[in-house]
Amino acid sequence: MPRPYVRRPWRLAAESSALLIAAAVAFPLYWMVLSAFKPAGEIESDRPRPWTLQPSLDSFRRVFGQQEFGRYFLNSLLVAGTVVLASALIAFLAATAVTRFRFRFRTTLLIMFLVAQMVPVEALTIPLFFLMRDAGQLNTLGSLILPHIAFSLPFAIWMLRGFVKAVPEALEEAARIDGASRARFLWQILFPLVFPGLVATSVFSFISTWNDFLFAKSFIISDTSQSTLPMALLVFYKPDDPDWGGVMAASTVMTVPVLVFFVLVQRRLVSGLGGAVKD
Amino acid sequence: MTPMDRRTAHAPPPAAPPSGGPAPAVAARPVRRPAPAGRRPAPRGRDGWTPWLYLAPALAVLGGLLVYPVYQLGLISFLEYTQAQVSGGEPTTFKGLGNYAELFGDDQFWQVLLATVLFAAACVVCTLAVGCALAVLLTRVRAVPRLALMLAALGAWATPAITGSTVWLLLFDADFGPVNRILGLGDHSWTYGRLSAFLLVLLEVVWCSFPFVMVTVYAGIRAVPTEVLEAAALDGASQWRIWRSVLAPMLRPVLTVVTIQSVIWDFKVFTQIYVMTGGGGIAGQNLVLNVYAYQKAFASSQYSLGSAIGVVMLLILLAVTLVYLRLLRRQGEEL
Repeated sequence: MPRPYVRRPWRLAAESSALLIAAAVAFPLYWMVLSAFKPAGEIESDRPRPWTLQPSLDSFRRVFGQQEFGRYFLNSLLVAGTVVLASALIAFLAATAVTRFRFRFRTTLLIMFLVAQMVPVEALTIPLFFLMRDAGQLNTLGSLILPHIAFSLPFAIWMLRGFVKAVPEALEEAARIDGASRARFLWQILFPLVFPGLVATSVFSFISTWNDFLFAKSFIISDTSQSTLPMALLVFYKPDDPDWGGVMAASTVMTVPVLVFFVLVQRRLVSGLGGAVKD
Repeated sequence: MTPMDRRTAHAPPPAAPPSGGPAPAVAARPVRRPAPAGRRPAPRGRDGWTPWLYLAPALAVLGGLLVYPVYQLGLISFLEYTQAQVSGGEPTTFKGLGNYAELFGDDQFWQVLLATVLFAAACVVCTLAVGCALAVLLTRVRAVPRLALMLAALGAWATPAITGSTVWLLLFDADFGPVNRILGLGDHSWTYGRLSAFLLVLLEVVWCSFPFVMVTVYAGIRAVPTEVLEAAALDGASQWRIWRSVLAPMLRPVLTVVTIQSVIWDFKVFTQIYVMTGGGGIAGQNLVLNVYAYQKAFASSQYSLGSAIGVVMLLILLAVTLVYLRLLRRQGEEL
């Protein structure tokens, strides 16, 4: 770290600007939570205050009083959870195959996984809509889960590959000499070793699935009991006359689980990125 | 969002294949530079069908939900496919390049394409500048400010696009937002003008995407051994010289990855534009290709035109991917 040769006044300047920037970056989140707790009259004031003297749960009551809000929350969890587990498992197998096996078309496959990452998912909404319709999957959680597994996979495989590669081949040799089968090596030795990589990968697939707005909007059209959180938020967001309290309370409810998840895996995420980055 | 896999860029040559067979398979791995001594690829097909067994679930999912839809997208873009055909009222007819001709003959398309490219470019430049600057800043401060900045950035990163969009709208709201008060702008409406609406979306996009760049580049800088930097400093190199001649070359693979990821990411922005400008702004002034395609397909049931726009996006992103692959190859990435 280049710290030793930074002179003192510079370090003080750097540290105070780091704190200021941190405050600025966190400000939107602070405002979101603050507005969620402001009483109805106060939020629509043309002199917005950065605090509130009478925190109120009214907005949250409105959000949770909304029909099926809990259901939307569970749906979101179910969709994101299924996608994370399924894509982690499938990607682990695939990453192992392209890293630890030698076979024809291996390089071709790797390039295809790379190219697949670039496919603009949004552009596929149209064909996926017809695919789901023909399969009778419109208005089901499956229509959200399946595409998201597919879109998480290329990145997950590409990222996990680095972690699998880092496990020395000699370990596999040793396991084989000790009489372990390939499957046993895979699940009892390799899997625990690349677990940090799986966590880092899962963060990405969780975020992209939890955030999904387009597919939920396009594929869940009539049976709203199958909707997810972004749709619940939109109930309060009418562009002409938004219920800001409701929007901010719903946003808070939608953001907090992700924040908790991030804080929980923070170390692993940063070291995971570092692990994928350093030699 | 996606990967950063620099490990492979400077990876030591992989251990000799366990069975140590002859190495005739060089042609199977089209790496540009000659394979260094000691790298002996195993003969192809050594592992028979087992790898395909491991790959089967991934290939099935990708084939059914990615490759096939891409094929369908291309197909629909050559058909006459609107509400009438979808409901079965009229037969589906082949239109050849008709949709593309219609698209390319439309002034709005070129306007949206230009706006998309400029908007994405501005987002990429700002995201990279902010992300890299803050990554460097992170290495210069002690634990407490570092943790504060890291946590704030993780918070912005974790915020779903739709909630980030609504919160930024509230912050910049003409009547109830704090920003206009702080800046003394009265009841200026940010979403009314074309440029200021794009600027507002840009700020939100940079806010939620710089953390990925910052954390990745920070991890990259930390991976540079301290001794190398100390040696350079001892040799009397200036800060700038150290950055240019030592850090930058070592960070190049990381920078390539975050740049390409940002390009791909910002080119595909949908939620922010859709929510913050109410579906593309007043009279479509803030449309980008993605939202344009969505509006064509789902709002006016012109599925074939929407698909043609999708194909154009796909082609542009594929071009970016090819550039990316070339860069990786040039850096000696072994696939």
